[in-house]
Amino acid sequence: MSRQLLTGNAAAAWGARLARADYIPAFPITPQTEIIETLSAWCDTGEMAARLVTLESEHAMLTAAAAAAATGVRVFTATSSQGLLYAMEMIYTVAGWRAPFVLVNVSRGLASPITLEPDHTDVLAARDAGFLQIHCATCQEVVDSVLMAYRLAEDARVRLPAIVNLDGYYLSFTREPVELPAPEVADRFLPPFEPHELAFRASQPLSQAVVVLGGSTYSYFRYESHLAAQAALAVYDEIAADYAALTGRRHDVVETWRLEDAEYAFVMMGSFATKAKAAVERLREAGVAIGLLRLRLLRPFPAAAIRRALAGKRAVAVIDQNLSMGRGGVLHGELAAALYGQPDAPPILASFIGGLGGRDLPSEEFYAIAEVLREAARSGVTPPQRLLYTEHELRELRKLQAIALAERHDPRLGGRGP
Amino acid sequence: MYRIRLHGRGGQGIKTAGRMLGSAFFLSGWEVQDATVYGAERRGAPVYAYVRADHGPIHERGVIRDPDLVAVVDESLVGIPSAGVLQGLAGRGLLFILSTTPAALWQQRLNLPDRVLTLAPPAGAPPIGTLCVGAAARLTGVIDEAALVAAIRQELAGMPAAVVERNLDWARRAYAELAPHAGRVVEGGSGTAVGYAAPDWVDLPLEPAETAAPAIHAALTSLRVPTGLWRTLRPVIDYDRCNRCWWVCSEYCPDGAITVAADGTPRIDYEHCKGCLICVAQCPPHAISAIPETEATNP
Repeated sequence: MSRQLLTGNAAAAWGARLARADYIPAFPITPQTEIIETLSAWCDTGEMAARLVTLESEHAMLTAAAAAAATGVRVFTATSSQGLLYAMEMIYTVAGWRAPFVLVNVSRGLASPITLEPDHTDVLAARDAGFLQIHCATCQEVVDSVLMAYRLAEDARVRLPAIVNLDGYYLSFTREPVELPAPEVADRFLPPFEPHELAFRASQPLSQAVVVLGGSTYSYFRYESHLAAQAALAVYDEIAADYAALTGRRHDVVETWRLEDAEYAFVMMGSFATKAKAAVERLREAGVAIGLLRLRLLRPFPAAAIRRALAGKRAVAVIDQNLSMGRGGVLHGELAAALYGQPDAPPILASFIGGLGGRDLPSEEFYAIAEVLREAARSGVTPPQRLLYTEHELRELRKLQAIALAERHDPRLGGRGP
Repeated sequence: MYRIRLHGRGGQGIKTAGRMLGSAFFLSGWEVQDATVYGAERRGAPVYAYVRADHGPIHERGVIRDPDLVAVVDESLVGIPSAGVLQGLAGRGLLFILSTTPAALWQQRLNLPDRVLTLAPPAGAPPIGTLCVGAAARLTGVIDEAALVAAIRQELAGMPAAVVERNLDWARRAYAELAPHAGRVVEGGSGTAVGYAAPDWVDLPLEPAETAAPAIHAALTSLRVPTGLWRTLRPVIDYDRCNRCWWVCSEYCPDGAITVAADGTPRIDYEHCKGCLICVAQCPPHAISAIPETEATNP
C-alpha cells in the first residue's frame, strides 16, 4: 500500500480502525482530541463499525474501557497528561482485572505550571500500574504499535492492558510519511479478540476484582501481574517477527542506531530520539564513534536487550525527557539498575535532563553531551546530573521574574506596595 | 534539505498551507515532515507552520532555527517580536511577504539586502496561506504546477468546489508571478559537529519558593496583554444607527471589551477586542459592521 502524510494523531486513529476496535470511550484533552474526533467522524460515516461514547471524565472513561473489555470486545481509548492523572485510580485498578485493551497517551507536560507541550512525566506516572508501555518515535511507529499492542495485550500468556505513547506536537500534530497496512494484512496480523473466560454481561453479576485481606493472597495476585508483564517480553519478540514478516517493518523492544561499533551512546525514549539520530550522523562525520539506544518498550523493561546493546561502551548519556523530583531522570535510574554489576557494563552512565515541556534539544547540545562523555571516559569520573538549560534561557526567565516582582509590589495592581 | 516556515494568524489558513506545501513536495517525490505550531486555539493569534523536505528520511524535528525560506501571509506580524517571523533570518534565508509595500523598502527596513520578496495579493484575494504556498512552491523550483494543484485539491478535499477553485486560482497566480525567481530558495546543509557553538549551560541555583513558584501576584494582568493584535477583522460602530440600547453588544462581548457610557453610547476597546464579531451579529439595528484590519485607519 502506498505511503501518505499522516499526523501521529491520525496514525493512532488508523491503528484503532485497522484493529477493528468495537468500543471507544472518549474524553477530549489537548493534544489528543484529534484522535477521538477522527474516530468519531469514521463512526458517523460508518467507515468504522464501533460505538464511540463520550464519558463525563477520564476516570469514567477508563472504567468504561475496562468494563467493556471484560465483556470480551476490543476497546480503544486515548488521553493525555492531566487526563491520564485524573484516570490514575482506575489505571491501577483495571490493570488488575486482566482485561486487555489499548490506551493511547499523547504525552504532555504535567502541571504545575500548566503547559501543552510534551515530556514523559505524565506516562511515567503510569509506569508501575500493570499497563504495558510502548513508546513511539515516528508517526509510522504509532499505527504499527497500536496493532502490536493489541496482539501483546490480548495474548493469553499476557492479558494486560497496554499504553501506546506518542509525543504531543512533535508527533501528534506533525505529519510524516506513513504506510498503512492494508486492512487484510492488519486482519491477518491481528485476528478478532479471543476473550476466553471474559464474559461480563448485563444481569449476570460478576465481581471484577474482589477484596482480599491479608497480604498473602494480595501478593499472589500482584506478583502474577508482574510475571505476566515480564512474560510479555518474549511474546513481544514473536509479535515483532510476525509484524515484520507481514509488513517489512521490524520494531524491536529497543532500537539501536549505529551502536554496534560505537564507543559512546545516547539513551533516549520518544520522538526526540530521531534528533539524536541526526546528531549521531554529524558526530560520526566528525570522527566520534557514538550511537543511539532507544527504548521502545518501557514495561516490560527490556533489561537484557539494554545490557547487550551497551556492553563494552566507554560512556553512556541517558537523556531523560522527564523529571522525578528529588531523584532526577527516571530512565537513568532504570538503566543503572539494569547495568549495575553486569560484566562489560559501561563505567560511565551520565544523566541529562532535557526536553521538559517540549523544550527543544538542538543538535549542538548532543555534540556537547558527546564531548562530556569523552572527557568522562578519559578521566574516569562520572559527571554530575545536568539540566539542559542555558545562560540565555535563564536571562529570559529573569526578565519574566522582574515583571512578576514589579507587579507584586505595585499597589495599582493589587500588590503589597514597595 | 529544504526548511520552510509559514507565518500568519489563526484563520488565515496557515495550518492548511503547511499541509499543501508538504503534500506538494511529497507528490514531487520528496520525503516530508510538516507541522503546525499553535498554543491554545485562538483566531487571529500568530501561528506558524513548518515544512521540511529532503531526499531521504528526516530525523530533525520541531522548530526550524535556520530557515531557507520564511513566507508571511500577514505583514502586520513582521514587526511583532513574539510572532518570531524574523527568527533565524540573520543567516542566509529568504523572506517572502504578501504585501503591497515594495520589496526594496522591506529590505531596507529589515536590513536584509536582496533577501526579501513581496507579492501584492491579487484583487479580491484576502491575505491567505494558499498564496504563500504557490509562491513557495515556485521559489524552490522543484515543484511543478501539476503537483501544486494536486496537493491543494488533496488538502481541500471535501470543501465546496468554488472554494477549491478560488484557492487554486490564487495559488496559480502566485506561482506565475514568482516565475522570475524560480529556484531562489536553495536547500540548506545539515551543519557540522566540528567547531559548533557550544551551549552555555548553566547550573540553576536553588531559590526560595517565593521566587521559584509560578505564581502571579497581581490582579488584572490580562489588561496588559494587547490581545487586539490577534484581530484580522475589526468591528466598527456606526453611531448614527446605534440606538443606545446600552446593553446588547457589551453583554454579548465575551472579552468585556465593550463599555457603555452613562448615555448608552458603547465604546470598543481595540487594545483587547479580538475581532470575534459576535457584537456584529447581535446588534439589533445592525449598527456594527466588520472591516479588514488592514483597512482600519485609527488604532
